[in-house]
Amino acid sequence: MTDTTENQEPSRRDFLYITTAVFGATGAASVAWPLIDQLNPSASVSALSSIEADISSIPEGGSLKVAWRGKPIFIRRRTKEEIEIAEKEDSLDLPHPEKDLDRVKNKEWLVVVGVCTHLGCIPIADSGDFGGWFCPCHGSHYDISGRIRKGPAPTNLEVPPYEFVNENIIKIG
Amino acid sequence: MNHDYQYTPKNGFSKWLDKRLPLMRFADENLLSFPTPKNLNYFYTFGFILTMCLVTQIITGIVLAMHYVPNTTLAFDSIEHIMRDVNYGWLIRYTHSNGASMFFLAVFIHMFRGLYYGSYKEPREIIWILGVVIFLLMIITGFMGYVLPWGQMSFWGATVITNLVATIPIIGEPVLTLLLGGYSVDNPTLNRFFSLHYLLPFVIFGVVILHIWALHVTGNNNPTGIEVKDSKDTISFHPYYTVKDLFAYIVFLLMFCYFIFYNPNILGHPDNYIEADPMLTPAHIVPEWYLLPFYAILRAVPDKLMGVLLMFGSIVVLFFLPWLDTMKVKSARYRPLYKIFFILFVISCLLLGYLGAKAPEGIYLFLSRVSTIYYFAFFLVIMPVLSRIEKPLPMPIGISNPALNNTVYDSGGGVASGTPSYAMDSK
Ligand code: HEM
Ligand code: FES
Repeated sequence: MTDTTENQEPSRRDFLYITTAVFGATGAASVAWPLIDQLNPSASVSALSSIEADISSIPEGGSLKVAWRGKPIFIRRRTKEEIEIAEKEDSLDLPHPEKDLDRVKNKEWLVVVGVCTHLGCIPIADSGDFGGWFCPCHGSHYDISGRIRKGPAPTNLEVPPYEFVNENIIKIG
Repeated sequence: MNHDYQYTPKNGFSKWLDKRLPLMRFADENLLSFPTPKNLNYFYTFGFILTMCLVTQIITGIVLAMHYVPNTTLAFDSIEHIMRDVNYGWLIRYTHSNGASMFFLAVFIHMFRGLYYGSYKEPREIIWILGVVIFLLMIITGFMGYVLPWGQMSFWGATVITNLVATIPIIGEPVLTLLLGGYSVDNPTLNRFFSLHYLLPFVIFGVVILHIWALHVTGNNNPTGIEVKDSKDTISFHPYYTVKDLFAYIVFLLMFCYFIFYNPNILGHPDNYIEADPMLTPAHIVPEWYLLPFYAILRAVPDKLMGVLLMFGSIVVLFFLPWLDTMKVKSARYRPLYKIFFILFVISCLLLGYLGAKAPEGIYLFLSRVSTIYYFAFFLVIMPVLSRIEKPLPMPIGISNPALNNTVYDSGGGVASGTPSYAMDSK
């Protein structure tokens, strides 16, 4: 019995089985995709993806917190000393090595997403052991360049896409 | 399980029904005359208590959903509306929120019971595995429910926990966006969490049915861990265990009522009465008490991905229990070494719960590392090793026969020699 079936050409029935299965699977996948993709950000959520911030009123050493895509953005006007420290520390053995210069467009202004790269809390400004931010949730310390220095966070604070529209306005997103 | 009893329909109607839909037969065989070991103690009442907890959550939950609004601008206010304006809204909400805690309290006791009496061993592996599935579903449901009031802890707890997903290499970020429906926890997240929080208890209900079905195939384990041999070892479920279960449930309800009526907020966090603010993280984010041990494990590890893996691993390892502990003797009663390690295990779990609420620094961090190591060592090292080397105490011949069995269990856990003597059989 097995011999004959093995040697047989595929029958019309096999063809029907396979075609049915393929059509069934394609149909199932095309029904499943809308059900999955509806979970992704809707058009209205994606539409909010760029904002402008007025930075004219921030004094040296001061900072501004603005909301972008539901997350805070830290805009910090750094002092001369802070910039010096940040650049001097480029040469240290950092957990996530990045030069300060590569993290800014204008040395005076640091723009980072204010979300701890560990599990998403908002770090507190002007605290921690490295003169930058400290995340209270699980104890991550960031320096004045937003780089992770100590604690469980794996990477530096993210730099969002941004540009200076003019002296007073930063466009984020 | 030996059923030497047969359901016989008594009157005309039940005879008629029995031929068409044997509902009465089913109820009789599974609820009334179900043969149950006669030596079950109060730890065995928690299965019933859990069923009642689930029913309570479903009923109060459906009522709450009639007044709650799953929208970030209204959710917090609608909770206050339930608390202040809706007739008995405060009672229904406090019952639901404290009910979740009671549910977890009961499930922890239920699980430690299984661990102590070896209820996960052959032939009850499936019962145990379904139990772990229920436990996982309970955690997910509880977590999503806590997000709904849209307080500070709701929001930040959700942020921290969903961010765990982002640690998965490569697919982490897109999956997180898919899960949240945006780039951070927001209205789409709240909406879908509400939808799923409504759905999952019914899924749990389905798995509970399978869990009890599997239980009714093998029959209950019992505190001796010796399998039922004949009808002398069992009594009918009704009235003996219906009454015992009800009594235990009433005592449990008294404690439940203490929380509802005298201390309804003690198990929650006061920050959750502050409306969610996505721009401000509270100083201390703590999950609900029943998730603290897992949170402590997460934070005990300095590496992000490892922390997440260990946290999930601490539950996944439970699935493999039947194959990690191969000792044939089930009950810790007859396993002097296992009993000691079991007690240490309970202590390590309680300690982890305590540490999960503390800042992960200094002595707290050190202790959470020690307890985390012990937690995993208990399953992955101690259980397999004990299965090999432990010498169990002499065991009685059967549930109804206290005479000691002269059967010797070898260190591999198998039966080595000797034939049991029934000479002492009392009945
Ligand atoms: C919604 C949650 C649950 C419900 C409603 C439930 C219900 C029950 C009921 C009614 C019983 C029989 C009575 C008893 O022995 O206490 C039982 C037995 C059992 N349950 Fe659960 N259970 C739940 C969760 C769990 C979990 C999370 C586990 C473990 C991971 C578990 C493990 C077991 C085991 C191993 C048995 C057999 C115990 C024995 O016969 O000794 N259950 N369950
Ligand atoms: S979220 Fe910042 S340290 Fe964990």
